[in-house]
Amino acid sequence: MSEESPRVGLFVTCLVDLFRPTVGFAAVKLLEDADCTVEVPRAQTCCGQPAYNSGDRADARSIAAHTIAAFAGYDYVVAPSGSCAAMLSEHYPALFDDDPGLAAKAAELAGRTYELVSFLTDVRGVTGVEARFPGSVTYHDSCSGLRELGIKDQPRALLATVEGLTLAEHADAEICCGFGGTFCVKYPDISNRMVSAKADAVEGTGADTLLAGDLGCLLNMAGKLKRRGAKTSARHVAEVLAGMTEQPAIGESAEG
Amino acid sequence: MESSARAFKENARAAVADPQLKRALSHVKEGFIGKRAKAAAKLPEFEVLRDAARDIKNHTLDHLDLYLEHYERKVTEAGGQVHWCPTAEDARRAVLEICRAAGARTVTKGKSMIAEEIALNDHLEANGITPVETDLGEYIIQLRGETPSHIIAPAVHLTKDLIEADFRAHHTALPPERPLSEPRQLVNEAREVLRDKYLAADVGITGANFLVAETGTSVIVTNEGNGDLTQVLPRVHIVVASLEKIVPTLEDVSTILRVLARSATGQECSTYTTFSTGPKRAEDPDGPDQYHVILLDNGRSSMLGGEFQDMLRCIRCGACMNHCPVYHAIGGHAYGWVYPGPMGAVLTPSLIGIEEAGHLPSASTFCGRCESVCPMRIPLPKMMRHWREREFERHLSPTGARAGLALWAFFAKRPALYHFVTGMAAPVLAALGRGRFRRLPLAGGWTAHRDMPAPEGRTFRQLWAGHRQGGSR
Amino acid sequence: MSEAREQVLGAVRRSLRRGDTAETLAAASAATGRIAEHRRNLIPARADLPRAEQIALFETWAVQQAASVARVPDAAAVPGALAAFLKAENLPAEIRMAPDPELEALPWRDQPMLTVTKGPARESDAVSLTGALAGIAETGTLMLHSGPAGPTSLNFLPETHVIVLPAERVVASYEDGWDMLRARFGEGFLPRTVNFITGPSRTGDIEQTIQLGAHGPRRLHIILVGADAEGERG
Repeated sequence: MSEESPRVGLFVTCLVDLFRPTVGFAAVKLLEDADCTVEVPRAQTCCGQPAYNSGDRADARSIAAHTIAAFAGYDYVVAPSGSCAAMLSEHYPALFDDDPGLAAKAAELAGRTYELVSFLTDVRGVTGVEARFPGSVTYHDSCSGLRELGIKDQPRALLATVEGLTLAEHADAEICCGFGGTFCVKYPDISNRMVSAKADAVEGTGADTLLAGDLGCLLNMAGKLKRRGAKTSARHVAEVLAGMTEQPAIGESAEG
Repeated sequence: MESSARAFKENARAAVADPQLKRALSHVKEGFIGKRAKAAAKLPEFEVLRDAARDIKNHTLDHLDLYLEHYERKVTEAGGQVHWCPTAEDARRAVLEICRAAGARTVTKGKSMIAEEIALNDHLEANGITPVETDLGEYIIQLRGETPSHIIAPAVHLTKDLIEADFRAHHTALPPERPLSEPRQLVNEAREVLRDKYLAADVGITGANFLVAETGTSVIVTNEGNGDLTQVLPRVHIVVASLEKIVPTLEDVSTILRVLARSATGQECSTYTTFSTGPKRAEDPDGPDQYHVILLDNGRSSMLGGEFQDMLRCIRCGACMNHCPVYHAIGGHAYGWVYPGPMGAVLTPSLIGIEEAGHLPSASTFCGRCESVCPMRIPLPKMMRHWREREFERHLSPTGARAGLALWAFFAKRPALYHFVTGMAAPVLAALGRGRFRRLPLAGGWTAHRDMPAPEGRTFRQLWAGHRQGGSR
Repeated sequence: MSEAREQVLGAVRRSLRRGDTAETLAAASAATGRIAEHRRNLIPARADLPRAEQIALFETWAVQQAASVARVPDAAAVPGALAAFLKAENLPAEIRMAPDPELEALPWRDQPMLTVTKGPARESDAVSLTGALAGIAETGTLMLHSGPAGPTSLNFLPETHVIVLPAERVVASYEDGWDMLRARFGEGFLPRTVNFITGPSRTGDIEQTIQLGAHGPRRLHIILVGADAEGERG
């Protein structure tokens, strides 16, 4: 391990906060297991992507400025989402190209921001987890994590250490599921074609569970799988790695 | 070309509902993606060559005026003529004048996206000159009265049975009993028909993949050989090209060629790369007597020096659309103008205006696959976002979406209020949804096609407060 | 016309913020300098090989792209090799040859059954024979150029194109080919047409399945002269 108990600010993400708190708790457990001291800054809301990707640069900037202030002073900022982590680490600095003061702060934040699973493996040197998940899973590589942050092998490496789990890769695991934030409601026909292709590929593996590292994609894919009546469940990869899978899968209820 | 980019949503809906198109588009994935990956893997220097190619074009664009002047001087020295054309109309007029002066009745054409951009065929036909497309894909869509749906595979939206029907309808000399169901037979049929056209043409028009300043040379990169027959047999050769095609030297074009074919078709090298400099020389046994270059601006000069300059690095390989899941879903015609896919989503608004083409940069998930394969490392998603910003600033985005975004941003900037509202909403939604919603007000775009998973119950924030005594602040 | 020229160039200059400044002067000298130097960029290492292997690499790539290659020991063996190829492919013993002194000097009378005519391609010509300036090892590409000895139509109109390539003209890269042309024609000058040819004509325009012989030659046959001797030179 690289350092003694670094102080990690958890960027919960707005979707985890509202839809799936279990992922937040799973992230806390995984980080604490990796000798981190985890705190959850109260002033956080959303990373600002909805504004940023809709061309609303002004709102994106002010939300970014809030986030930068909220996460000042932590050794690391970690998010259970490649998309939100990439927003902080890859896009915040470019938002302040006319404000050197904030640009410097954004760059500093960017340098210590990580997606959860890659943080565990690449920064904390985690090579395995103590978890059990009997059954077969397939893993969807969410676009931002894959292409902006290079997350591909890390989740697979840790999943390989989960007791009872087998990984069945689906064809085109690297292809977008069609979520794209507001894209899926603005262009529902195209999005539907994309998520249908993804659901075909996922169901084609016969895996019991679809895993991914981004809740946005998971809500989209789970919603499609459920609408089709597919047997495949969907969960965030952190839930499985943390062994926190008592909660019904995404879009499912205790009654089934 | 007339644009239907405003109707993108309707175009896309129709495209998604077309089973024949879906079958045809499946060939895009099979035909291009694996081949590109293999070709890139076979060349250890491929990624470094992409950097080099990007740097060459960046340098060229920063010195474009100087290289254009040098290029023109060299063309003139070689006995050719450069026709500077600020607009599409200027370019159409220049081509027509050359054709008329040559007394042309038919012209053969190699594949040229610039010719599509300036709607050259319609203009020639309206003035009594018959243009014949000779690239197989272009020939097929000319028979059908269509426009290309892909920049390097113009007929990728068609299946072979449709092409057979077109040939049977148009080739009146074709005996009905001749089999024509296989690609091989279709290719032979087109080859036979087009032979006579090459020999009869008065003028040959080609595009240009590159213009080399060092020597005043235009370059075409093809596989069929149609572009070469088009330019070597007639008396007059016209090159239509836009001004960003310039590269400084033969060494520079060689570097970019190494990434072009591999990115486009996954070939080590395209079958024919042809460098043309001026008309035939006094002692040459064949070649055209005249050589003209139609040098088109049509809005490109205004992209220089600004946030869309990087787009001018594009070498039209088509890798971005070959890898685009949105393109795979809807094909090229839905984009509504000459250039489809991610490169079109950035270029089209620059050339015809964001008012007309606003949907194009919006219809992307920012999945980033285009940028990851672009040989010229054009930051396509970033530039699509720039267009969304222009659109937002000018209040061109839909009012409903803006209002929703403004409401969300109002809360997102006020954490206490935000958490109060989400804290109220989560349990209510959870109780109503019981796992998921099949229908939800204001989310019809979502629930038309998929369920909406419901929240678990309370927000993370609420649970965390109970779990520990809050964070440090 | 010159008005349009000024309009386009003026717009480009405005966007690039050109002025009567030191920067503009520096830009001008950077551009002329780059052209004068025509420095090589990164060249893939794959063809940086001993002669025999470099020639073999040329052949491998040419064949991989559907060309055929026949090795002959010396120029005198070319007419015989050509006749054998025509027979094996069931082609007529009739060729249209480039008026190239090197080809004209070959012992054609050894093949009395072969009809050889010279000049640009005609519609009826089934087989053409040309020379080549260079063979590029990195991709199996042939480099040809137009001139009194090289009518360009021969490279495209006949169904079969046969190229005679002396092995000493196999070079590593496209850049090596450009230097050969500069040596012949001078800096900054090219013949009317330079053709890079890599395999026979093809198309993927129908359902993305590759078909050979779209508009240009269906067959590309390379007669490689003296490869063994050249390879031994190390």
